[in-house]
Amino acid sequence: MQTSASGGSRLRIVKRDSLPMWKAVGIRLLAVLLALLVDAILIYCIVNLNPVDVYKTMFSGAFGTTRRAWITARDTALLLCMSVGLAPAFKMRFWNTGAEGQILVGAICTAFCMINLADVLPTGLLLVVMALASIVGGGLWGLIPAVFKAKWDTNETLFTLMLNYVAIQLTSFCVACWENPYGSNTVGIINQNSQAGWFPALFGASYGLNILLAVLLTVGMFCYLRYTKQGYEIAVVGESRNTARYAGVSITKVYIRTMILSGAICGFSGFIAVAGSSHTVSTSTAGGRGFTAIIVAWLAKFNTFFMVVISLLLVFLEKGSSEIASQYNLNEYAAEMIEGIILFFILGSEFFLNYRLVRTGKEKEGK
Amino acid sequence: MSQLVSLLQAAITFGTVIMFGALGEVVTEKSGNLNLGTPGIMYLGGIAALAGAFFYESGVENPSAVVGVLIALVCCVAASALGGLIYAFLTVTLRANQNVTGLTLTIFGSGVANFFGGSMNKLAGGVGQISVATTSGGFRATLPLAKLGTAGSILFNHGFLVYTAIALAVVLHLMLGRTRVGLNLRTVGESPATADATGINVTRYKYTATCVGAVITGLGGMFYVMDYIKGTWANDGAIESLGWLALALVIFAAWKPLNTIWGAYLFGILYWLYYYISGLTRYSQELFKMLPYVVTIVVLVMTSMRKKRENLGPAALGQNYFREER
Repeated sequence: MQTSASGGSRLRIVKRDSLPMWKAVGIRLLAVLLALLVDAILIYCIVNLNPVDVYKTMFSGAFGTTRRAWITARDTALLLCMSVGLAPAFKMRFWNTGAEGQILVGAICTAFCMINLADVLPTGLLLVVMALASIVGGGLWGLIPAVFKAKWDTNETLFTLMLNYVAIQLTSFCVACWENPYGSNTVGIINQNSQAGWFPALFGASYGLNILLAVLLTVGMFCYLRYTKQGYEIAVVGESRNTARYAGVSITKVYIRTMILSGAICGFSGFIAVAGSSHTVSTSTAGGRGFTAIIVAWLAKFNTFFMVVISLLLVFLEKGSSEIASQYNLNEYAAEMIEGIILFFILGSEFFLNYRLVRTGKEKEGK
Repeated sequence: MSQLVSLLQAAITFGTVIMFGALGEVVTEKSGNLNLGTPGIMYLGGIAALAGAFFYESGVENPSAVVGVLIALVCCVAASALGGLIYAFLTVTLRANQNVTGLTLTIFGSGVANFFGGSMNKLAGGVGQISVATTSGGFRATLPLAKLGTAGSILFNHGFLVYTAIALAVVLHLMLGRTRVGLNLRTVGESPATADATGINVTRYKYTATCVGAVITGLGGMFYVMDYIKGTWANDGAIESLGWLALALVIFAAWKPLNTIWGAYLFGILYWLYYYISGLTRYSQELFKMLPYVVTIVVLVMTSMRKKRENLGPAALGQNYFREER
């Protein structure tokens, strides 16, 4: 039992043993509500708009029409795939901040096949080749920092962070090489006429396959982490490297295997982004989502089902805010500001999930 | 020759932005806080300085450069310190994860800056481009020494913040290496439990270092806005990439303030080199821009291979300190 940091204060921080589900959910909901309140005040102060109207507009921006709802679902699925990719690395306490780069490498591998093999392979086979290429590319991008971490304990947070920028420049390089039409400095829509290498419509929905893949990955990763031997090894390495060593788990092997998996799934998300939604490639194919995915994966505490909820919340904010931006003639960056504030509150609320404050009684002072 | 001069000038201007960013991050990281919010804080500092100067210049008949500079400085310091305070409150008091908090701060700062920057561009009317010419002129005023031939135009043809950055690096070097406060700060970053046991107030050191570091980082954002792009604003994400480069520079400089001086200028040269090499195609230019990051990775790998402890950064970097879990 310790006094709180300020020493003389009468509040004490006590670690919680466990928390009933409803309380945990309640604390999080409260955090989001508080954040929305702060945002509402901010919106009112800056632009003098009725916050309730603004939130209504946000809702209609995200779910107002069938088409909008589908796009929200598509983008949620994409963010979810990336977050799922990060889950095993984070559970291993390996700070893979390189999702952005792994996505981009996957995306350019996909685009390369899409551009060069469109006339050679039938669409079904082409999609498989594209997916494999993205998995290999992303996996390789994840493998590099893992090898150095395993062999020389090179700081992975900083290494993967730097690799992002290498990947971004690599993407700019490819965009310049593949630009179409010449001089536009964009790749344009790839295979616009033949639609070769585009995701086919599934169950009558053009983004059905995106969502199906995201669901498969989410369920698959949940089972992998919870029910397989490899998943258990990841948990042991994450909890304590010494315990892992004692139990005869090869840390090198687990690091490398898990980071290949993590990078490969992120690369695969790049494939979904290119083949399943934008049909082009640029540095904005990742567009900061790799960083957002880090936040999602962390907040969900590596539980892939929680990731669904958090991804949806973030995508909702993004879509809603861009709707506000166009409706009220604001600028679209309001979204990032609102998102930042909400995330601050959720991050802060984590504290109250793990600890509780106890007022130390007066009898202590009396002594 | 004139090409070399302009390359060096560009490198010094560019380097100053990331030198501020890196120096601030060094101070923060010495306390064990890995603040990935560097780009966000640079954004906050930059936009606050611009907003302050903008409202001053548009509200006064004959704006004076000195007052404009002072207002920009005060706004920049306040906004960046606030950014640091948010980070410190979340990670130190509420014990939130440092990486995630930092990334959130980057999202937040970029949102705030681009939102207000874009809105001010609209507010400014006309060509849709805000400009604070007087204040920016104050930041870019040079000494008469600048006219002294080639050396003068390389060394002295800069605004005062360029020299402030160098002076700051020297001061921080002395502070970290020669003073009690510096020693205590390094102890907090290396082993907070030891620091706590010797009676150092870990919480206070972490808060102070993070906020002071954020202010220094924010100056980089202000320098970018006022000097580098001459008192204008563009929602092009440039500050964000510079912020990450500042983080790279911290590693490159092995957490030593003096190294950031030449490191920053070297990064500047590497960054602008493509512009001065003839015969590069547009796509090979993109590969050239990769150089600073690749160099950083090589340095990171080499220091970890050589296992020289003092080049690897503070031992407790990125870990929050819970007294209860000692």
